[in-house]
Order: sequence, then C-alpha cells, then structure tokens
Amino acid sequence: MPLPIGDTVGILADNLRIRKSVLPVPDKSASAWARGLGLTRGGETILYTGRMYQLIPYIEALNKVQEKIEDSWIADFVKVGRVINRFINVAGLLAVPSRNMQESCGRILVNIARLLRRAGVEFGYLYEEDLYSGALVYDLGVDDVLEAHARRVMDVFKKYRVKKVITVDPHTTHMLRSVYPNLIKGYDLQVKSYLEVLVERDLKPRKELRLEAVVHDSCLYARQENVLQEQRTLLDKAGIDLREPVDSGKFTFCCGGPAESLFPRKAKENAKKRVDQIKKVSFRAVTMCPICLVNLQKAAGGEIQVEDISSYLVQAYCGG
Amino acid sequence: MALVNPDFVEEVKRSGRFDASACMNCGVCSAVCPMGIELLPRKLFRYVLLGVKDRVLENVETIYSCLLCRLCEVNCPAQVHIAENVRFLRCYMNKKVFKI
Repeated sequence: MPLPIGDTVGILADNLRIRKSVLPVPDKSASAWARGLGLTRGGETILYTGRMYQLIPYIEALNKVQEKIEDSWIADFVKVGRVINRFINVAGLLAVPSRNMQESCGRILVNIARLLRRAGVEFGYLYEEDLYSGALVYDLGVDDVLEAHARRVMDVFKKYRVKKVITVDPHTTHMLRSVYPNLIKGYDLQVKSYLEVLVERDLKPRKELRLEAVVHDSCLYARQENVLQEQRTLLDKAGIDLREPVDSGKFTFCCGGPAESLFPRKAKENAKKRVDQIKKVSFRAVTMCPICLVNLQKAAGGEIQVEDISSYLVQAYCGG
Repeated sequence: MALVNPDFVEEVKRSGRFDASACMNCGVCSAVCPMGIELLPRKLFRYVLLGVKDRVLENVETIYSCLLCRLCEVNCPAQVHIAENVRFLRCYMNKKVFKI
C-alpha cells in the first residue's frame, strides 16, 4: 500500500505550523553556508534562500526511509507517527542528512552569493530568520496553515525593512512572486531570481568553459515565472554549447520531484523518463532547481552528470 | 451508476475556487501528462462539475499524484486553470476527508 496520504500531508503541515518548516532543519545548519562570507543581517535587498537547498539533504534522507516503508505494513504506523510528531520531531529523528550532500548544497548557495557580489549587487541575509516559504504545503493544498506561515515570513521581512528579495530557486520565487501577493494585503516586495539579476547586471565571464550541456528547465520557471532566457543567456556567454532535450523551454518535462513526498516510486519513475530524454542529447545536464537536481541525480545513477547551474556560472564568471 | 449530489455542486460553486466549465473534454491534458494520469484532470473535473462526489472521493491518490507541473495547462486549448483546480480538490480533501 502507498504511504497514507492524509497522515503524511498532516505531518508536513503540522511541521510547518509548529516548527516553521515541512522538515525541520536546525537554524544553525540552515545558515551554516554563509559563515565567513560577512553578509550583513537583513537590509533593503536580501538574498532569500527559503531554505530550499538546505532542505534537500533532509528530504533525501527521509525519502530513503519512505521508499523502504512505501508498500510495506509499516506504512500503517504513519498515523501513529503523526500523533507523536506533534510533540517530538519524528521527521528530524528519521531524516539524518548526509554530510557530503549538506556540503554540496551549501556550496551552491556560496556560489550564488559570489556571483551576485561579482555583479556588484549589495545584499544582506536573514541567517536563522531566513524561513522556508511553505512551497510544499501550498502544493498539497493546506491553505490555512500556509497563510499563517506566510504572515510569519512577512513579519520577518517587515522587521528588517526588506524591499527587494533575490531568490535562489523556482519554488521560492513562485511563492514570493505569485502566491504571497494573494495572501498578504498590501504586499509590495520586489522579487527576482538571482538568474534575472545577473542578466540585468550584464555580468561578463572571466573564463570560457568550452563544454556542451543540456538545459533542464524548471516547470515553475518555464511555465509560471517566465524565467526561460536568463539561464540560456548566462550559460551561452559562459561558453557552454547548449543542447535542448525533446521537451524543453515552456514545454519542459517535469522531473517528478513534486510527487516525492507522497509517492517516492512514482517520482523516481518520472525522473527516469526525463533522464532518458536528456541522455539522448548529452551526458551533462544543468538544473536550476534543488528538487530537479536531487531527483535527476538519483534517477541517473551516474549515467549522466547532473549539476546545478551555479556550479558552471561560478567557474565562468568568478574564475572558479 | 453515478449518483449526482447537488449539495456537492453547490459547495464547490460557493467556494468560487473551482472553474473547469470551459473544458471541452478534448483529452490534450491526458495526452501530455508526464505521470500518464488518465482520469485527471478532464474526467475528474467532469465528476466535480456534475456533482458525482463518490467518484471524486474514490480517487484521492490520483488527486495527490498530480505534479502540478502545468504541462497540461499550457497545452489546454480552453485555458482551464488546471493546477489551481487540482489544488482546490486537495484543499477539499484535506478539510473534509482528512480533517487537517
């Protein structure tokens, strides 16, 4: 039998309500990537991570557990888990993240900060107050929990008098740019993805990369937020010979990641389909979403190399 | 046999959040769905519009299996806001069935 839908959704929503994140990431660990960068706390313009990249190692660890219990008799006990989870952070006990993955996700955020600095952007960071945006709970349709959380996020922005937000991933971009305005009265934040900011600043590369790669577009960037040309412009200028898979751009094929929290097997099957499309064109894929990154990497099993776009951009524009 | 539940139709209408009346049942959405979901959106949306509540409740897994990737939406000739309708159905399930 599959994972019990109601109880799983309930655990994720309870976590957001009680612990401010679907999978609680310790504050110290969530802001560890920024250590030593000397970023100011808050400010008119901030880099807002929404903890998406920081969540990935935890999602990955929990997913391994879910894969084991999906279709087993243990799935029945998720109901009990939900009750216990209200008092003890069960997900936190089950999801022990891999240090390697934590380091590589942290590196992505450092890359993004370096690129923005190279482009001359002045920005702050909210450190432990950089909260998760609520993206998964929005997708799962627990709207009242999401609304309360969105107000919490906005209170932090108000506290630091934030006016402009630079986001690092499509899910957070979508939440802040398209969802929050419908939830928060008088919402007036200016929200841009770091890819859009880098293109606006007309950043010039320091090094030509001279390699070929496939662009795997994020569904939200491509079909909701109209971020389609920016990644191509930046990669093209970096000297990358861009290839397109059969379903690309506005018609990009989903990595399957959004199904992962409830149906790990279905998510993997879908990711495999996408990997098959990609490997027909190149053995190197560029992603711009943490969910796509982890799902495609897992499905590829080393058949193709899947890397976050920031890894290439930092080499070309910051010289390594 | 499908049992029509007028109260369900009314409930959905009152919410003001479900709109699939422009759907022409052309099947493009099912054809492009990466998950290969046959029932969602068009057939299930039709059940909602007709008020066949039992059929909707029978298909919880399908409702939550949708990736919300919107590939169907960009291909929909009637420009139905499919993802938002799916989210509405999830909200409904969360409240009425799972009591979240």
